[in-house]
Amino acid sequence: MISILIIALLSAVAQLVLPWWSLALVAFAFCFGRPEGSGRAFLYSFAGVALVWFGYALLQHIQTNGVLTSRISEVLKLPANPIFLLIITPILGGLVAGLAGTAGYFTRQALMPTVTVKS
Amino acid sequence: MRILKALLSTVIAVALVYALNRSWGVVPALGSFVSPFIGFWQNAEKPDQLQPQDLTIGGTRQPVEVLFDSLHIPHVFAQNDHDAYFAQGYLTARDRLWQMEFQTHAAAGRVAEIVGDRATELDRYNRRLGMGFAAEQSVKYMMQDSVTRESIEAYSAGINAYINGLKPGQYPLEYKLLGYAPELWTPLKSAYFLKYMSGVLALGADDVAMTNILAKYGPEVTNDLFPNYPTHEDPIIPSGTKWDFLPVYYLKSPMNPVPGKNGFALNWPRHDPAIGSNNWAVAAQKSATGYPILANDPHLALNLPSIWYLIQLHTPTLNVMGASMPGSPGIIGGFNQHIAWGETNVGSDVLDFYKIKFKDNSRREYWHDNKWKPVTRRIEVVKIKGKPDLVDTVLYTHHGPVMYEPGQKSFAKNFPVGYAVRWVAHDPANELKCFYLLNRAKNHADYRGALTYYGAPAQNFVFADVNKDIAIAPNGRFPLKKKLQGKFLLDGTDPNDDWRAYIPADQNPHVKNPPRGFVSSANQSSTDPTYPYYLNWQFAPHERGSRINRRLTAMQHATADSIRDLQFDTYNIRAEELLPKLLSHVQSGSLSAAQKQALATLQNWTYYQTTAELAPTIFVEWEKRFMDALWGDELPDADSLPLRKPSADRTIRLLTETPTARWFDDVRTAQKETAADIITSSFRAAVDTLTKRHGPQGAGWQWANTKATKISHLARLDALSALNVQVGGGATVVNAITSKTGPSWRLVVELGPTPTGYAALPGGQSGNPGSPYYLNMLETWRKGQLTKLQYLTSPKSPGNYVRWKLN
Repeated sequence: MISILIIALLSAVAQLVLPWWSLALVAFAFCFGRPEGSGRAFLYSFAGVALVWFGYALLQHIQTNGVLTSRISEVLKLPANPIFLLIITPILGGLVAGLAGTAGYFTRQALMPTVTVKS
Repeated sequence: MRILKALLSTVIAVALVYALNRSWGVVPALGSFVSPFIGFWQNAEKPDQLQPQDLTIGGTRQPVEVLFDSLHIPHVFAQNDHDAYFAQGYLTARDRLWQMEFQTHAAAGRVAEIVGDRATELDRYNRRLGMGFAAEQSVKYMMQDSVTRESIEAYSAGINAYINGLKPGQYPLEYKLLGYAPELWTPLKSAYFLKYMSGVLALGADDVAMTNILAKYGPEVTNDLFPNYPTHEDPIIPSGTKWDFLPVYYLKSPMNPVPGKNGFALNWPRHDPAIGSNNWAVAAQKSATGYPILANDPHLALNLPSIWYLIQLHTPTLNVMGASMPGSPGIIGGFNQHIAWGETNVGSDVLDFYKIKFKDNSRREYWHDNKWKPVTRRIEVVKIKGKPDLVDTVLYTHHGPVMYEPGQKSFAKNFPVGYAVRWVAHDPANELKCFYLLNRAKNHADYRGALTYYGAPAQNFVFADVNKDIAIAPNGRFPLKKKLQGKFLLDGTDPNDDWRAYIPADQNPHVKNPPRGFVSSANQSSTDPTYPYYLNWQFAPHERGSRINRRLTAMQHATADSIRDLQFDTYNIRAEELLPKLLSHVQSGSLSAAQKQALATLQNWTYYQTTAELAPTIFVEWEKRFMDALWGDELPDADSLPLRKPSADRTIRLLTETPTARWFDDVRTAQKETAADIITSSFRAAVDTLTKRHGPQGAGWQWANTKATKISHLARLDALSALNVQVGGGATVVNAITSKTGPSWRLVVELGPTPTGYAALPGGQSGNPGSPYYLNMLETWRKGQLTKLQYLTSPKSPGNYVRWKLN
């Protein structure tokens, strides 16, 4: 749980100043530095980033009365309903982070093998 | 194994990031696009997004105060001209950056750079037309004028101050969708914008079709079917107005043009006749206020972001309010304390084609005035996203660029192959100076002085002032032509066919305070045939102008509201003139029940094209089918041989005077058709088509539904457009709203000690689809209402404004 929160926090800070894909670097680095198994690496990274992307997107959606969400859904050939982008957004961000986290874990195992820590 | 896993998983992660960080065809870079940190989410605006601010942006000479009113119209209070234009650039960029850049990219032939290969031929077309050549000439010329240079440089600096402060997450939505970044503004881009407007308004040309008709039917039939002045006309300068000048010289009538022999077998997007405009001014004696009232509504393709940006500019020596065009400093149409003015398009012939005779296939010399003259070459490099650059060489003669050389294929097919283009927009002019002076004009003399600077696209400038003068002037550069010169394709070897000069600016048609108590224009003929110079053989049809003049003649004690009501008038004079003639020929015995029902609807129609009427749907479809049935056999417009139909005016005369003319027979059938046959069969076909398309006659046939007006986003994205807007109007009515075109803004100004302006926009002030101000003015526009403009005199004006300070 704490891993998810740390990834969420670090990735959010990174994205405020760096390109969007810095979230992948954060997930990679975190799972490299704190290896907890490949499945967990994916899960924690996915959850941490998806949480941030969902929360921030939802906040902007609500603050702006959803003025743009449905229109963009239609631009992307999806139905004119904000729910689609509110789901797709965290999945996309989470997927990138999850794969990067997994890569971080495996890279660690290749360079400096560890015994998986049960936490 | 571990190393393999590490490599494989890393490759997968990197590949995903790569795939999501770039666009794929029309799919944007999804990773950045949906990121809540930098993607489209950032473009959504809160209702109270705009907050009071003290901005330090640099570039102003003294602090500038800006008050945004509830419609998001900025009121700029600057201490000097430079700062006013700087602020205008900054604020316009803030609301319209993508639009203003995209339009100049389009004019410059740089769309393929953004969207890829599908725009390559469009880009080549604009470049071969000489847009770059024209913009470069113009900017060089404009920058020689110190006043213009200062305003255009300050405006550019303001735009750039905004661009320089942007982070990628703050780019307008369209940049994120299309995956590119804004570049810095230059005065050249403003020149490109002006050429873009000439491209929209001054590229009408029927020369190819007319030449084909001349070749097919000979001069007698051509002159009969395509006469050089309409039967019904109500010219802009009232008939009988005396010309207060001695013409520079009379030119002899043209020699009969020789139709070319080798094919100009081309098709092209014809000038859209629905792109026109209305304006008028009523004199003090006809108004309830005791001062003139002025109105203007320019009809253009209905686009989003809105074409116009409303703004007020105030300095110690200037207080002007109205509509600006993003990309151009100053106000294009509006009012100050003394005057009000507005524009409609002039359909003068300012585009001609000259057949070029090259010496040989190297095309280095061409024959003109009995000698070989050198061709110059201009290299155009078209950048194409995802492909190598395309290097295109364009040949220039003294006439202008050879759009397409023999052997090339014409893209927009606008122009014949092997001809040079002579276009008024190729010549340098300083349109910005005209607007600079109009913005500051105090009286009729100032207005006349300002107009002498204007080049293209030629406009009918309407004028009214607080001294109770009203005036109108079809104005711009008009080539001094022989009568009918350029009705057909021209011979590029004969100097007698060249454009030699322009009509002297002070001899352009104009009228001040005519006895009838009003001036007006709706793109119809500029003058009656007594005007000593030739402008064109055809103009927009007379119906809108006639309707405006009919109502203004009857109008007394005019108020802003009665003027507004006329702007929203939907009476169709085309139907009034044509429909009774059509109905009198219908053989009603042969009609089905459904067709009889439609006939009864038309018989009971009062010619108003309001939203719920069914008759306009039937009439418009019938008129189209009737014209096709009548002229489609003799004058079929085909890709292999472009031809065109005679005008509605000529067709109505044919029905009235010679209903047994040979043209009524369908030459494709064995039997001989009469006018009644053609009219009846086209009526049956129209009703059958409507039934098939919209079901049996009923609510599905309501005019607003079948017209389905669309206000289209500039990138053609339906999701960012306003679809199926429920409005009446039509192509030949004053409220000229068609499916895709209409009043791009409406203005009414009551002159007086304190002028009062009213306006409507089919959209809003913001170009951001995520802004509450993107479409907030549409409903007012749709209902034919106007909003009173806040014409402020001080930055301390009390009221509910969001106040900014630019330092």
